[in-house]
Amino acid sequence: MTELILQKLKEKFPEAVVGFEQQYDFPIFIIDKNHIKEVLTELKIDEELNFHFLTTMCGIHYPDNPQESEFCMMYQLHNMPKNIRIRLKTFMPKSDLHVPTVTDLWKTANWMERQEYDFFGFIFEGHPNLTRILNMDEMNYHPLRKEYPLEDLRRDDKDDKMFGR
Amino acid sequence: MKQVEDIEEKHYTTLNLGPTHPATHGIFQNVLTMDGETIVDSVQTVGYIHRAFEKLGERRPYNQINVLTDRLNYCSAPINNMGWFMTVEKLIGAEIPKRAQYLRVIIMELSRIADHIICDTVIGVDSGALSGFLHLYQSREKIYDIFESICGARLTTNIGRIGGLERDFSESTWGHLNLFLKEFPVKLKEFQKLLDRNRIFMDRIIGVGSISAEDALSYGFTGPNLRAAGVDYDVRVMNPYSSYEDFEFDIPVGTAGDTFDRYTVRIEEMWQSLRIIEQAIAKLPDGAFHADLPYFYLPPKVDVYSKMEALIYHFKVIMGETELPVGEVYHAVEGGNGELGYYIISDGGRTPFRFHIRRPGFIYYQAYPHMIKGSMLSDAIITMSSMNVIAGELDA
Repeated sequence: MTELILQKLKEKFPEAVVGFEQQYDFPIFIIDKNHIKEVLTELKIDEELNFHFLTTMCGIHYPDNPQESEFCMMYQLHNMPKNIRIRLKTFMPKSDLHVPTVTDLWKTANWMERQEYDFFGFIFEGHPNLTRILNMDEMNYHPLRKEYPLEDLRRDDKDDKMFGR
Repeated sequence: MKQVEDIEEKHYTTLNLGPTHPATHGIFQNVLTMDGETIVDSVQTVGYIHRAFEKLGERRPYNQINVLTDRLNYCSAPINNMGWFMTVEKLIGAEIPKRAQYLRVIIMELSRIADHIICDTVIGVDSGALSGFLHLYQSREKIYDIFESICGARLTTNIGRIGGLERDFSESTWGHLNLFLKEFPVKLKEFQKLLDRNRIFMDRIIGVGSISAEDALSYGFTGPNLRAAGVDYDVRVMNPYSSYEDFEFDIPVGTAGDTFDRYTVRIEEMWQSLRIIEQAIAKLPDGAFHADLPYFYLPPKVDVYSKMEALIYHFKVIMGETELPVGEVYHAVEGGNGELGYYIISDGGRTPFRFHIRRPGFIYYQAYPHMIKGSMLSDAIITMSSMNVIAGELDA
């Protein structure tokens, strides 16, 4: 099935798939950000692929990555009748966190996207109501980015070497 | 004449339902736009008990995250715990002994029953039938007695460890469990006699808060709520974990996706859970109740005091000095009200690099305005209780 997806996507959008890896039971397709919406739409409407269910989506911040791939958006799709799950990732720089919304494909994406906006500051273009969802509206930062550590920065007794991140 | 003009210029009433309303069972705010008794629109506010679990998880060693998972869906905390352990076990590639898997299945199915008891009895309460609630809640107390005898806690259980369980079932646990299995079917039958074909109850909930299968899938429904809408999706069958493939059980499916279907699907799931527990007890193999994972599983206290090696492992587990493989893993379990998935990215450090939870309650609660549009206020209350939205899971 993985080969079929790769082949189909490569046929339709030759520049979209920029990478592929297998992590445990999940195939991960790394998609160019400019094509992510087309790819997701194709995966959903293609009758053979039929990835009709958006299981979850989340943002990831890789501060150590090169600048152009510092932030990542992850989508997890599920084809229930055939029971195939895939994961899609798209990378982007910190300066351009604009991602096309998928609320028109899956209604469930509404709150998931609001959550990722809240946590990371991704701007979902075309989202009907892109406001904070879990944190308060007055908050002026995006707490799940790695530059906001959990521990009080002034404390020096909690050394990273001894107590982890 | 004046009255006719007034009607054309329609005025709606804004009604705040919540955040602390006795009928919402938790902190949920819904700002309703009402046309008389009918709901025209509603806007939800969530996040009242947001505790930033995803951020907290990034600083905690893997064995300390399970106390966070307790507080997701606190009505069925053991399922959340087991889901987390299985995710980590998948990451480190651990083999769990059959006995531990079966014992986990027993615990998970018990907590599924406890979860469904809450939902089904509360549907009764919200339609005015308090006696069923008081009656069946005794059985939930019995389940909590079982949990207490396994792990010492009742609500936020923190049951089990990475690699298995912290201890085998004791004599007392088996006593409680056998008593429960003898008593509960009788109680549940009584409860069903009270409500199932009760004309008042049926008139009250049939056709209330219905959702089509297509909409339910689009809104990301999983679990009993999706099955009530007619889609036979169950993680226990689709992606069996913890030896669920060894057991024979049915998946109840509804047709209309209304409150009555959600109620009946949950009732039938309780019977199926009982079936699974009975099979698990009958087939329960001998063997260890935990895997041999010295880097994750605390050694017995006696050995810590007397053996060098055990002391080192004890120190390493407590301090989180464990080496983990680099990779990312997603594992889903069938939680009390849907697919509960954990997604962790490990960079080899002592804590996850990214910790994300697919919380079924958060995902399907956004369909609530769609489900109550055009219905009465009292129907909105009963729809919410039948969806079984738990504040802890919603806000994480």
